[in-house]
Amino acid sequence: MPQLIKHGQVIEDSWQVIRTIEEGEGLPDGKVIVPLSYWQAHREALLARGNVAVWLASDEQPSAIADDLPHLPLVAIDFPVMTDGRGFSSGRALREHYNYKGEVRAIGQFIRDQLYHLSRCGFDAYALETSDPHKALASLNDFSDAYQASVTQPVPFFRRRAG
Amino acid sequence: MYIYDEFDQRLIDERVAQFRGQVERYLAGELTEAQFLPLRLQNGLYVQRLAPMLRVAIPYGTLNARQLRKLAEVSRRYDKGYGHISTRQNMQFNWPQLEEVPDILAELASVQLHAIQTSGNCIRNTTADEFSGVAKDEVEDARPYCEIIRQWSTFHPEFAFLPRKFKIAVCGSEADRAVIHAHDIGIEVVRNDAGETGFKILVGGGLGRTPIIGEVVCEFLPRKHLLTYLEAIVRVYNQLGRRDNKFRARIKILVRAMGIEAFRERVEAEWAFLKDGPSTLTEEAIEHAKSFFQPPAYETLDEAAEAAALNATMESSPAFARWVRHNTAEHKQPGYRIVVLSLKQTGFAPGDITAEQMEAVADLAERYGFGELRTTHHQNMVLPDVRQRDLHAVWGVLSDLGLATPNIGHLTDIICCPGGDYCSLANAKSIPVAEAIQRRFDDFDYLYDLGPIDLNISGCMNACGHHHVGNIGILGVDKKGAEFYQVSLGGNPGKDGSLGQILGPSFSQADVPEVISKILETYVEHRNEEETFLDTFRRIGLDPFKERVYAAAH
Repeated sequence: MPQLIKHGQVIEDSWQVIRTIEEGEGLPDGKVIVPLSYWQAHREALLARGNVAVWLASDEQPSAIADDLPHLPLVAIDFPVMTDGRGFSSGRALREHYNYKGEVRAIGQFIRDQLYHLSRCGFDAYALETSDPHKALASLNDFSDAYQASVTQPVPFFRRRAG
Repeated sequence: MYIYDEFDQRLIDERVAQFRGQVERYLAGELTEAQFLPLRLQNGLYVQRLAPMLRVAIPYGTLNARQLRKLAEVSRRYDKGYGHISTRQNMQFNWPQLEEVPDILAELASVQLHAIQTSGNCIRNTTADEFSGVAKDEVEDARPYCEIIRQWSTFHPEFAFLPRKFKIAVCGSEADRAVIHAHDIGIEVVRNDAGETGFKILVGGGLGRTPIIGEVVCEFLPRKHLLTYLEAIVRVYNQLGRRDNKFRARIKILVRAMGIEAFRERVEAEWAFLKDGPSTLTEEAIEHAKSFFQPPAYETLDEAAEAAALNATMESSPAFARWVRHNTAEHKQPGYRIVVLSLKQTGFAPGDITAEQMEAVADLAERYGFGELRTTHHQNMVLPDVRQRDLHAVWGVLSDLGLATPNIGHLTDIICCPGGDYCSLANAKSIPVAEAIQRRFDDFDYLYDLGPIDLNISGCMNACGHHHVGNIGILGVDKKGAEFYQVSLGGNPGKDGSLGQILGPSFSQADVPEVISKILETYVEHRNEEETFLDTFRRIGLDPFKERVYAAAH
């Protein structure tokens, strides 16, 4: 089973990302993360099936699944290239606009040097493409604190600065 | 100026450690070229024609003598003994070695300097009016708000990978010395009828290959909402800005495509989530920022008596008088003046400063100016607080250093990018063009007679030399492998900002001084009394200039 960084630890990943799926093609068994378009087309059937989550492409907004969030244990956000930063805003929107409490997972081409920012934007799981996820854990703690408000620290430093 | 506490220092120390690790992993082959690229850019490191270039942030152009000495030391130890002031008030070193950059950053961190976000597709170093805090025409000091923005934008987790670079400039004076309408976000500190401080927010300005003057997105933003409103703008840009084409990716393209009304609506909708939230500025936070920018311990001086004494000295020394008239500006404190150091001596690249000059300037700042200095987008430096009675001594030292060329605000005070001599993006050289113009127009009486003229040169359409907003703009272009220069007229960097209009077909490098000469002659012939170059251009338009330049050329 592939490995995943979640809540600061390396664990076995039980979810499978379905990148593309042809119409009429069946889903594999087990926990699957399906494209938004597939979710929208087969919402009722997928809800009945269970063990299903959705991934958003970088040009798809969390508002598209706002009403579905109570049914989704996990939302994944894809980074097609590491420099496409839209997913950072999507993570914050899920947590801060929609108060989503499930897993927010980064998938795709991000690198370990982005983990700290991702965590501050509400991500708590990272399907990082690396041979050594244990080594990458260190990047979650590149900085000990930050100036701005974020998902992990909603109070900006100027409100915490003593004196 | 702002002084780091333990928290600020810890963050930049952690940044140095982070980048050191990234460089090690890159050199060990664990990071690909493509992965390392955005990481090094966000630490100010470019790979240029001849060597890497490191751009050190001078936050809103403010630094102290100790920091300048450190920059001198770095330039000597890791570079070739000089630095370059950029049009965004930063200092660039053109010859560092990649392996040594983490050490350089550690050196800089020891004096509260860094290279964070001086490049890359993120929020860049915020720039400001170089006369902030001392200008006579000031509404309110821009620096505390710049510092608040600096902290907010530093390592902003959501905005480190924007569609393209993002530049913010702030001015708090009647005259705009920060070119705010040519920035992604331009901020003007204003007061409303009730006397409350707020901000006029412009968005979508910029130069580069699609020059656009910024539009007002918010006429009056109460100051406590500064960060939430900025966050809403940048979030909308992050989500909607184009990422398919690098040349269409700046926020100006998005604003133009949506229209300012629709863009504003979208920002307001996003702002609704953020407004009055935790990032709303508190009075304490604003006062805390302001506490670092209190006036220094000025002497109480009688302006009239000081001015009389200064005038007497000026009468006995015409060269000194010339310098005072052109290279110093009115100060809000009686008995003081603002001194501009000209980094535009003929024979030296505009904006370059040697290690020896930096150290001598640091000494001057400590002896005569409370140890504080500024860098300007005009690529000069400033001693903001000099007593009028010290001007003669300061002038003497600056003259010996080659930093007293009395050309500030005049034709030879040229804004000029590093161009093809250094920059890998450039289509043409720019430094030799600046020098040829400076050599041709070396008669100060003629320059003064011409009055204020901004002449700006960029070596390519990325417009680092701000050619679009020069009264006279020169752009290096590539014509079948040969370097040519396109001239535009009528640009204006001030508040009633305008973009230059292209004169016509481009010229060879050798022809540029003669073309400039004809443009100036046309102005002199057409001007009414006291009319500036820009005024005359706005009245008579492009045609008389065109006729003169091209009639003679063909």
